[in-house]
Amino acid sequence: MSNYLKTVDGDWFDRRLAGAMFWILAAFILLTGRLFYLQMIEGKELRRLSQYNCIRIQSVASSRGLIFDRNGQLLVDNRPSFDLNIILKDAKPVDQTLAKLAGYTGFPLAEFKKNIKNIKRAPGYKATLLKSDIGRNMLAIVEAHKYDLPGVDVSVVPLRNYIHPQNASHLLGYLGQINPDELKRYAHAGYKSGDYLGKFGVEKTYENFLRGKRGGRQVEVNATGQVIRVLETVEPQAGSNLYLTIDQNLQELAEDLLKDKAGAVVAMDPGTGEVLVMASSPSFDQNEFVSGLSHEKWNSLISNPLRPMANKAIQAEYPPASTYKIVTAMAGLMEGVIDENTTFYCPGFFKFGDRIFRCWKKAGHGKMNVVQALTESCDVFFYHVGEELGVDKLAKYAKACGLGSPTGIDLANESKGLIPTKAWKKSRVGEKWYKGETLSIAIGQGYNLTTPLQMLALTAAVGNMGIRYKPIIIQKAVSAEGEIIFQQKPVQLGKLPVSREILEIIRQGLWAVVNSKKGTARRSRIVGIDMSGKTGTAQVVRRGKNGSDDDEIAEHHKDHAWFVAYAPSENPKIAVTVIVEHGEHGSSTAAPIAKRLIETFLSKGTESDV
Amino acid sequence: MFDRRLAQCFDWGLLGLTFAISAIGLVALYSAVNAGTLTPQKILFSKQLIWFGIGLVVMVFTFLLSYKSFERWAHVFYAGGIAMLFAVSFYGKIIGGSKRWLVFGPLSIQPSEIIKIAVVIILARYYSKIVNPQGLSFRDLLVPFIITMIPFVLIVKQPDLGTAMVVVLISASITIFVKIERRTFSYIMLVCTLGIPLVWFILKGYQKQRILTFLNPERDPLGAGYHIIQSKIAVGSGMLQGKGFLKGTQNALSFLPEQHTDFIFSVLSEEWGLMGSLTTLLIFIMIIAWGFNIARCCRDPFGTLLAIGITFMIAWQVFINIGMVMGLMPVVGVPLPFISYGGSSVISMMICIGILLNISMRRFE
Repeated sequence: MSNYLKTVDGDWFDRRLAGAMFWILAAFILLTGRLFYLQMIEGKELRRLSQYNCIRIQSVASSRGLIFDRNGQLLVDNRPSFDLNIILKDAKPVDQTLAKLAGYTGFPLAEFKKNIKNIKRAPGYKATLLKSDIGRNMLAIVEAHKYDLPGVDVSVVPLRNYIHPQNASHLLGYLGQINPDELKRYAHAGYKSGDYLGKFGVEKTYENFLRGKRGGRQVEVNATGQVIRVLETVEPQAGSNLYLTIDQNLQELAEDLLKDKAGAVVAMDPGTGEVLVMASSPSFDQNEFVSGLSHEKWNSLISNPLRPMANKAIQAEYPPASTYKIVTAMAGLMEGVIDENTTFYCPGFFKFGDRIFRCWKKAGHGKMNVVQALTESCDVFFYHVGEELGVDKLAKYAKACGLGSPTGIDLANESKGLIPTKAWKKSRVGEKWYKGETLSIAIGQGYNLTTPLQMLALTAAVGNMGIRYKPIIIQKAVSAEGEIIFQQKPVQLGKLPVSREILEIIRQGLWAVVNSKKGTARRSRIVGIDMSGKTGTAQVVRRGKNGSDDDEIAEHHKDHAWFVAYAPSENPKIAVTVIVEHGEHGSSTAAPIAKRLIETFLSKGTESDV
Repeated sequence: MFDRRLAQCFDWGLLGLTFAISAIGLVALYSAVNAGTLTPQKILFSKQLIWFGIGLVVMVFTFLLSYKSFERWAHVFYAGGIAMLFAVSFYGKIIGGSKRWLVFGPLSIQPSEIIKIAVVIILARYYSKIVNPQGLSFRDLLVPFIITMIPFVLIVKQPDLGTAMVVVLISASITIFVKIERRTFSYIMLVCTLGIPLVWFILKGYQKQRILTFLNPERDPLGAGYHIIQSKIAVGSGMLQGKGFLKGTQNALSFLPEQHTDFIFSVLSEEWGLMGSLTTLLIFIMIIAWGFNIARCCRDPFGTLLAIGITFMIAWQVFINIGMVMGLMPVVGVPLPFISYGGSSVISMMICIGILLNISMRRFE
């Protein structure tokens, strides 16, 4: 070996190499020893275990968290489902076993065979579902004949149970079997094919709180698949329980009031943003989704023109109509276009160029200031305000009030609505803005679109003197051991773009809508409780010059009825938004629903508001 | 450039061993992807053949140019490797919850496989200038420490704890081989013994759980623990002669999730028994000894240390993978060189052999 390194000689180097080789040989001797031990000493036993794949994993599903309302009333729980399974490799001869099983249980043999055919290519030691939810009686029959039914096994699987079917379906959501796409995305989180997961609503949003953690047993089985030894057990961890912000009694009342109508009711606590009611009508039965919806049922749900699968409170977009006058008034007062004493004369119409814009009251309102205009919902007054403001200033205020963007509620697929501007029209419609269009916008018609939840959040903020809260739907998540693992706190999004004084003027108007003699919602005032609100009637189709008198309007061309409200007028405890599709007038269809809810909530508020 | 002398000195023995171990690997892979019931896997065998083809071409390129030029380019290789690891953390493809792959059209590569070689080259360059019989001082170790920690942290974040550990093990073995000053060595040991409990104290509960399960898979009887049991059953059931080609039952039932990649040795052992397994181990040990001999015959310090580093890299992966399959080691995603399915692994191993051939054929220069 030559001395090629400056300071290191060959011998030194050889010694280090020999040392390294020594350690590597030692490591390989260890591997060889292990091989010898496994294959020669343990070999016979391990080969026996390998024959029928004797060591198997039996999965034990975790119990999904329960869902309660704000007062601890149970809304969603789980019930046991007894599922009939077969392990094909253990069940030989399969045909004979199936025939016997059909004989004992009375279930059609053809159905079993069909289920097996579907999975013919899967590994034979995996349990295959023959029939789910067979009931306790059948369980007893199968267990009694187990000796005669090799490879047949009944597993107990918790099944989701919605205690009040059709109730708060859109908010609670439902579970469904994991689909191949979701499986790909979530496989690393421990999901397996056949698992259920939240597909919609709270069940989807709070999946991670609710699902818990699967457990299982490592078992040794004999040649017919009977467990002869349990090697290891991992207990499943139950999911956390959720406490929602909704008040079940109020929710039920809201659903009742919406019966046979299409529309939505949402209510929240103006001081926290907690959603007290979220009802969307028509509704659907979530339990049907759990046990697997038939194709016909699904098709009938999605093709229903009343859109039962949509959560109208957050997904449906409607022109805000006269409820939008709150924003127009705010913008007009803040921009100095009007003050509280400014009056306009309403002759029942407004002339703009050669066009006539009508007030809803043909005879006209006469001289109006802003409070009166809100009270009587005078369109002409707001045409004047809108004309002077221009569309972009109006949009600025609408957006600062939270319109035109999602409220951020923790539910999927929330719509953002639409607040038009000149730039928007140019880029989307490709036309320039016509000044006349601003007039429609000022009274909440035209391109304007809002969701009921957006209008609720705005109303609540007016009620609480200007603080915009994010609508929240859960109070807390509590682990199965009783530990609070998540506590939802109110989230302030910002303030309404308005000063205290100006807000007071608007609140005065909203109070008068319900409580003054000429208020549009006077019929819905509540004795003993001060309620403030605003009605709205959203046009579905543009009316002709004499259109409003036409009695022969088709049902689906009738206007949508809005009502937004909060009560008590000072320090409100509840804000409500109601929309009834094709309900015509806010004052006649929507306001009475809000009235009933507020009445009920405030009269027993002391009990339920804990 | 490629004169007759180089051709005469070509190391046919190492190439022969490489072909032998690759052939064993292909047989095992054929069995792993064909015995199962899942048809889409069958294509993996042809893909692996293509990878070996590409690997051979890359290997030829690796030994055509003298390894001495690698010394000059060491920084570039390293920087390139680190850049790719960064790219993975931004644009990497997520498979099974971890970001390990960079996708270029039909190809997806694992930069963590490439960086191992780059670390070996740059460390060989660094140590070749300061190696001395007294050993390295604390100050000498600072640069290698940084060189190792950058890829370590990036790979841990993917997360791929196994490969990250391999990077550390490779650079630690080279460093210890070069020799650390006795006093420095004892200091390092002291810091480690004191530091580990401290780090343990800082870790959060779930992180501790993860490390404990990593070290002892039996804590997770439904996941890693179950795989280890199945793997041990597969290995043991092979007994002396094995069950025969395509006759493995564990294999046929697809109970091992990574039977064609990380757990392929269990397929080999089940079907070819102790005889097949020992033959495989023997070829591996011959390759390792061959690598050390190349280091011994090389005349310049860079080449020597490079050969040693590459050999350590192969040795560690063989030891960790086979140890894991037999339940001696944590379950980590370390492929078995030349045998596990996977393009990045095959190509990085072919590069390793190319480097060893390169050093070997230029031993008289």
